[in-house]
Amino acid sequence: MIRLSIPARQALARLTLPLLIAGAFALLLLGKADAVLAERVRASLGDTLAPLYDLIANPVARARAAVAEAGHLVSLVGENAALRAENARLRQWQAVALTLEAENATLRANLHWIPDPAAAYVTARVVADTGGVYARSVLLAVGPHHAIAKGQVALDDSGLVGRITEIGSRSARVMLITDLNSRIPVTLAHSRARAILAGTNGALPRLLFWPEDTPPEEGEQVVTSGEANAFPAGLPVGYVHYVGAAPMVTPAARLGRLDVVRVFDYHLAGVPPPEAGERRAATSAPAPYEP
Amino acid sequence: MAMNFLPRPDPWQQLDAVARAAFPAAGTVLGLLALAVPLGLPEQAALAPAFLFASVYFWSLFRPAAMTPALVFALGLFADLLGGGPLGLDVLLLLLLCALTRRWRRTLARQSFLVVWLVFSGFAAAGAALAFALTALLTLTLLPPAPALVEAGLAIGFYPLLAVLFTRAHRSLAAGAER
Repeated sequence: MIRLSIPARQALARLTLPLLIAGAFALLLLGKADAVLAERVRASLGDTLAPLYDLIANPVARARAAVAEAGHLVSLVGENAALRAENARLRQWQAVALTLEAENATLRANLHWIPDPAAAYVTARVVADTGGVYARSVLLAVGPHHAIAKGQVALDDSGLVGRITEIGSRSARVMLITDLNSRIPVTLAHSRARAILAGTNGALPRLLFWPEDTPPEEGEQVVTSGEANAFPAGLPVGYVHYVGAAPMVTPAARLGRLDVVRVFDYHLAGVPPPEAGERRAATSAPAPYEP
Repeated sequence: MAMNFLPRPDPWQQLDAVARAAFPAAGTVLGLLALAVPLGLPEQAALAPAFLFASVYFWSLFRPAAMTPALVFALGLFADLLGGGPLGLDVLLLLLLCALTRRWRRTLARQSFLVVWLVFSGFAAAGAALAFALTALLTLTLLPPAPALVEAGLAIGFYPLLAVLFTRAHRSLAAGAER
């Protein structure tokens, strides 16, 4: 250890805080200027933590299930009645669905419809809820030889969850559709109008840029649109819900309680990862526009 | 070197002293990791910053030797990397909090719990406002104000509970050091 005189040491101690605060500003600038570096460090931290979280994920899920079970026991009778009613309603819908499916099959056979290729997917466990106040993301634990790539689409059992934004060797981060930076091209199912779904960091993302003559209707279903080639068309996103005069979307996926998500590879190249941009521009001419 | 006439400290005692000195920072890291587990709590995203803020404030005030500016920097960096927010934002906020708390420490540490809590409330509100403004500036978007209000409210509301836990830890640390 270097020995210093007392005044020198005091002066150094007084300098530490301003220097560190200057360092914090430098970090802010660095994070803004070199997003790739920050992302790489984050991914390696995720890789370190993912196995740890994976280890405790099972007991945590079990404890949560036990608490939920206790809650269900209290409301058992009422829930049973509600489920019976819903079951009766769903049976009617099932009959409708079967008829429609048969009709659809006939029509497709008559029209020589080209079916969409089935997308490959992997299922991964959500191990950590790593969002902050101004970010909404979750960490997935994936095996060491996973095929997950940036830009792939994550869905839970009922709807769109988000997109893969960072990948490490054992972990992947999903930016949720509620994140402030999330912008998703969507279609309003009823009017077929296009719009953009923008995250707000709240529970409900909001709709932007819908056509002037077709405002979103309350309760209308919202699905992804194939525009910009970032998502396949028709993935369920949620339902329109007006908060005041602003059309928001209640997500179909349970974003607050994600356990397991499926990550789909639709082989879409609409949104290339940022670091690929320069390489791609240098090696190949832009693809011709195909309507 | 100058203390050669004193008996050499026992390695176990040294280890004990290191563990005691490391407790505030290590406890904060463990708390942050635990709050990232998907527990399904409402507003869980705002809990981690609230805990971090309260922890840095409390230990800077009552045990500044175990919450040095360098440690605060490291804690902020860890929180930034763990969360998805702008890199360096937590570092800046926590360092400012640490600097102000250290400056007012001599008068603040003698005050009653209520005054300490009130001052923390002011810091938490100012911190949430600053985070709101800086995030808006860095992402060049107008943010909804609700998350900032929730964050400040949670930090202020949870401080008494955390202070009780921290005070216990602080007393046992101090008692152990005297032994």
